[in-house]
Amino acid sequence: MIEAKKISKTYPDGTDALINISFDVKKGESCSIIGPSGCGKTTLLFIFSGLLEPSGGEALIGGENTRYADKKDIALILQDYGLFPWKTVHENVSIGLEIRGMKKKNVKSKVDELITGLGLSGFEKYYPKQLSGGMRQRVAFARALALNPSILLMDEPLSSLDALSRENLQNLLLDLWRKNNITMLLVTHSIEEAVFLGKKIVVLSPRPGKIVKIIDNPDAGAVEYRDKEEFFEKCREVRQSVGVT
Amino acid sequence: MQRSETKRGSYLIAVLLIGIFWYIFSLVVNSPSFPTPYIVFKAMMSHLKEGLLEHFLLSTYRVIYAILLALSLAVPVGLMSFEKKIDRFVAPFLYLLYPIPHIVLLPLIILLFGIGDVSKIILIALIIFFQILVTTRDAARNVSEYYVYSLLSMGATRKDIYKHVIFPASLPKILTAMRISIGTSIAILFFAESFATTKGLGYIIMDSWSKADYPGLYAGILSMAILGFPSISFWKMWKKEFVNGSKLKLAE
Repeated sequence: MIEAKKISKTYPDGTDALINISFDVKKGESCSIIGPSGCGKTTLLFIFSGLLEPSGGEALIGGENTRYADKKDIALILQDYGLFPWKTVHENVSIGLEIRGMKKKNVKSKVDELITGLGLSGFEKYYPKQLSGGMRQRVAFARALALNPSILLMDEPLSSLDALSRENLQNLLLDLWRKNNITMLLVTHSIEEAVFLGKKIVVLSPRPGKIVKIIDNPDAGAVEYRDKEEFFEKCREVRQSVGVT
Repeated sequence: MQRSETKRGSYLIAVLLIGIFWYIFSLVVNSPSFPTPYIVFKAMMSHLKEGLLEHFLLSTYRVIYAILLALSLAVPVGLMSFEKKIDRFVAPFLYLLYPIPHIVLLPLIILLFGIGDVSKIILIALIIFFQILVTTRDAARNVSEYYVYSLLSMGATRKDIYKHVIFPASLPKILTAMRISIGTSIAILFFAESFATTKGLGYIIMDSWSKADYPGLYAGILSMAILGFPSISFWKMWKKEFVNGSKLKLAE
């Protein structure tokens, strides 16, 4: 479904961000990308969402180059700038549908359904500022899901949350992923998060980002995994490859 | 409710205090050139009968037209400066033309547009055009491109980006620019109406001055102040009504 073919990216000022990145994620699979700050994780995500063009190699979605692939299939969740502070919860969730020209009446019923589903009822008229970090993230999920994407790209979506809301939202994300049959690509700098959510874990090196290791993590995908010995074992493995000693 | 009542109360106290100071000061100065508030109030009433209202409305009309004209030109250009390609074109003009004190163009504007309403409106509009443009441009250029990315990834068009990101993100600054430009435009109005015209509050002030009609002079000054006052409270209302606090704090 998602395929990176020898992707490299050099910025116009000459900085190398990514070198020779190749991996693939099958339909309905989840993949975590982990690496130190500034290793080009976000750049990689931007390439997959078609916002940036790689300097070398190809990013493919459903076999098609992301420059031309149908954006309707992809939803991108950014860390801090995802939600528009000048729009209410309801307006934030409906924006994607509005852009795609859905009728107002249909937008409303769809958005109401998502808002209820994500436990945001009663907050429709609130602005992001008035919500807690965890709730804001729920709004971001609702907005992405409103588009019925088959691919969800996320850039450290939970990094600004406290540990408890973070685990809650990881569970929610897992639930959403399983229910909606989404292919998920998650950029994170949390080892536990990468292991908990990614059936495949791509470890990147410090800048310029190169692939250090691709770790298979078939047990991911259940809430109970977090308490299992295998989970901690996998975290240790990832920790070693990231280079934390 | 209680809060707005306290607010009204503090306004009332301020009006009273200003009145009292004015009264005491005019007693101390004890000169016909500084009449008491009561005399000015009486003069205002009699001037109202003699057509002060007409002058007032004409001045209001000139200011409103000028502001609308300036806004309709400056806001689109300012917003479009978000796009680097367009800004590269706009910026040199702005840097070259903004520092000119535009008020010195008055003779030129009168030569081109005559001494009627048009030249006054154009002079005011020209000056506040730059104020609004500079502020709007700054606001638009400072919109984080991540907001744009997030919208683009949903397949947004250029129009969507302006409608959902650039305009709402710049709106608080545009409103602030508008508020400042109301003050500026009244000041320029006075200048523009102070000669070669027989209508408008500026004319009333200059005319009363030359006739040494001091109460009339103050009636004109007070009318100018009143002209500014509702426009600012109107702005405040508007801000409360349409721009939620969260949007404003973004820029402040």
